[in-house]
Amino acid sequence: MGQIKLNQVSKSFGDVEVIPPLDLTIEDGEFTVFVGPSGCGKSTLLRLIAGLEDITSGHIDIDGTDATHVPPAKRGLAMVFQSYALYPHMSVRKNIAFPMKMAGVPAEEQQRRIEAAAKALNLTDYLDRRPGQLSGGQRQRVAIGRAIVREPSAFLFDEPLSNLDAALRVGMRLEISELHKRLATTMIYVTHDQVEAMTMADKIVVLRAGYIEQVGTPLELYYKPRNEFVAGFIGSPKMNLIKGPEAEARGAPTIGIRPEHFDVSTTEGAWEGTIGVAEHLGSDTFLHIHGVAGCDPMTVRVDGELSVKHGDRIFLTPQADKLHRFDAQGLRVE
Amino acid sequence: MATQHSRSAARLMMAPAVVLLLGWMLIPLTMTLYFSFKKYLPMRGGDLGWVGFDNYVRFVTSSAFWPSVMTTLIIVGGVLAITVGLGILLAILLNQPMWGQGFVRILVIAPFFVMPTVSALVWKNMFMDPNYGLFAHLWEFFGATPVQWMSQASLSSIVIIVSWQWLPFATLILLTAIQSLDREQLDAAEMDGAPATKRFAYITLPHLGRAITVVILIQTIFLLSIFAEIFVTTGGAFGTKTLTYLIFQRVLESQNIGLGSAGGVYAIILANIVAIFLMRIVGKNLDA
Ligand SMILES: Nc1ncnc2c1ncn2[C@@H]1O[C@H](COP(=O)(O)OP(=O)(O)OP(=O)(O)O)[C@@H](O)[C@H]1O
Ligand SMILES: [Mg+2]
Repeated sequence: MGQIKLNQVSKSFGDVEVIPPLDLTIEDGEFTVFVGPSGCGKSTLLRLIAGLEDITSGHIDIDGTDATHVPPAKRGLAMVFQSYALYPHMSVRKNIAFPMKMAGVPAEEQQRRIEAAAKALNLTDYLDRRPGQLSGGQRQRVAIGRAIVREPSAFLFDEPLSNLDAALRVGMRLEISELHKRLATTMIYVTHDQVEAMTMADKIVVLRAGYIEQVGTPLELYYKPRNEFVAGFIGSPKMNLIKGPEAEARGAPTIGIRPEHFDVSTTEGAWEGTIGVAEHLGSDTFLHIHGVAGCDPMTVRVDGELSVKHGDRIFLTPQADKLHRFDAQGLRVE
Repeated sequence: MATQHSRSAARLMMAPAVVLLLGWMLIPLTMTLYFSFKKYLPMRGGDLGWVGFDNYVRFVTSSAFWPSVMTTLIIVGGVLAITVGLGILLAILLNQPMWGQGFVRILVIAPFFVMPTVSALVWKNMFMDPNYGLFAHLWEFFGATPVQWMSQASLSSIVIIVSWQWLPFATLILLTAIQSLDREQLDAAEMDGAPATKRFAYITLPHLGRAITVVILIQTIFLLSIFAEIFVTTGGAFGTKTLTYLIFQRVLESQNIGLGSAGGVYAIILANIVAIFLMRIVGKNLDA
């Protein structure tokens, strides 16, 4: 059980409205990702759901019952914080046991759940250490362990991987996804990293300045972004947005084309440009191309084996069926 | 200071300070030790020669010795308990967002700037005087007989006065410590189902451990030698004679420098016993 429903929920700090009234439903068992630029209100929204901040107006239903005025501990949600928020003076074992101790779980049951969580998260050897003696990834796992043992109806993650290095982040991303598959519990995950959002989510909620710009599956957002903001935010490298005569010629004030949707040639094509920086990733190469009217630089993704270099002339043809068209307000037109 | 070279340079640079400090410490200490083995009565014949451990024996066997040690410990213990307890409470209150926070903080710190002699006089005359003190009026207002603070509750009076002086120090240090507590830890504990009292016991208090240790150690050093507060209030009467005060009486009132010096050596020993004892219980907080 873990359906969360926000009805016209808003939040103001003093006179500043950080979250304008919004509606959102998170289904039971769903992995939902809140994504958006820094300061757009992702953490605030998560803290509203957790009950750590009071809602200015509207109400929150959890599993069909109004939870607006229920204190955080009684909502049956567990949260993993960006700073991990482990208790520094307690051992890993005590950290994990803390929520159960507060809930009055019998000692043997506590022991059983700690062992199970430690085994699942590879923490068995570290149970008697203090958080200060663990690496970042291990601390992260302790924080997750502390959340798991409560057997919550939903997990809330606030940028849990942002303090980890790139390699570890990929590993932990998988672990969290596997955890979700195994527990099949609702998870809400906040990030500003669109790769994390794309790879982990069942459903992505794109936020900007407190407004929900679009809600959908990762592929819906990728193929049918509702507006220019979502188009630019989802996908890596970013979608190229082209304005001016080239766009008008294709029937819209602005057109968008993803770096991977070009036909590239050294002899002929619709647009001609010069290669600026070429980023070789091995499998792919990202070319930053200058000189195309309406979009400078234009990012293009080509096969890693194509041998081109800085200063070369190159011709691009956008794949017509992969074009995105946006009207003057930035909204998608079909 | 990683290399050999920079380390020896550092030693050279620090040498003058170290020598000065050693001299500062060693000369008075040696002189105290020197006089403690002499019969030295400035007004009654001056230096009357070596007497061995005579002064030491006389000082401990005097009927005033053990009570004075007890008084010292009671005052130090009482003040520590009050300042740490109230200090934590005040620090938590001052950490809450409220109107006029800056002003209230200055008010709380103010007593620290009042000289001990002055504050003791103010307390003695303005608050604790049995005829015209504020407390006397308060007691009378409720129909009670005013307390003769200085004679009936002499030790408590001194503990109250000294606590009032040291409370700002404790509050200040504990406040800075509380401000460094990670908010997310408290949020996490709240989500984990800990009510406010348990959040205090399991998160805030352990976080304050180190600051409390520092407060206790520093205050103990100063509290073992309080003098002015006793001098201007009871003058050592009504069981308020601390070890420091006893030494003062031996040296200046009885004009017996040898005996006073022996007392001084006992005071050093007592301070060390207290220090070792404290380090044992609270010192481990400083390691982690
Ligand atoms: N306690 C507060 N008082 C006033 N304003 C706040 C408070 N907390 C957050 N804000 C404001 O609310 C807005 C949203 O903050 P929030 O922390 O939710 O952003 P975020 O999307 O989580 O950003 P990031 O990705 O950087 O963590 C910000 O503009 C921030 O300045
Ligand atoms: Mg945030």
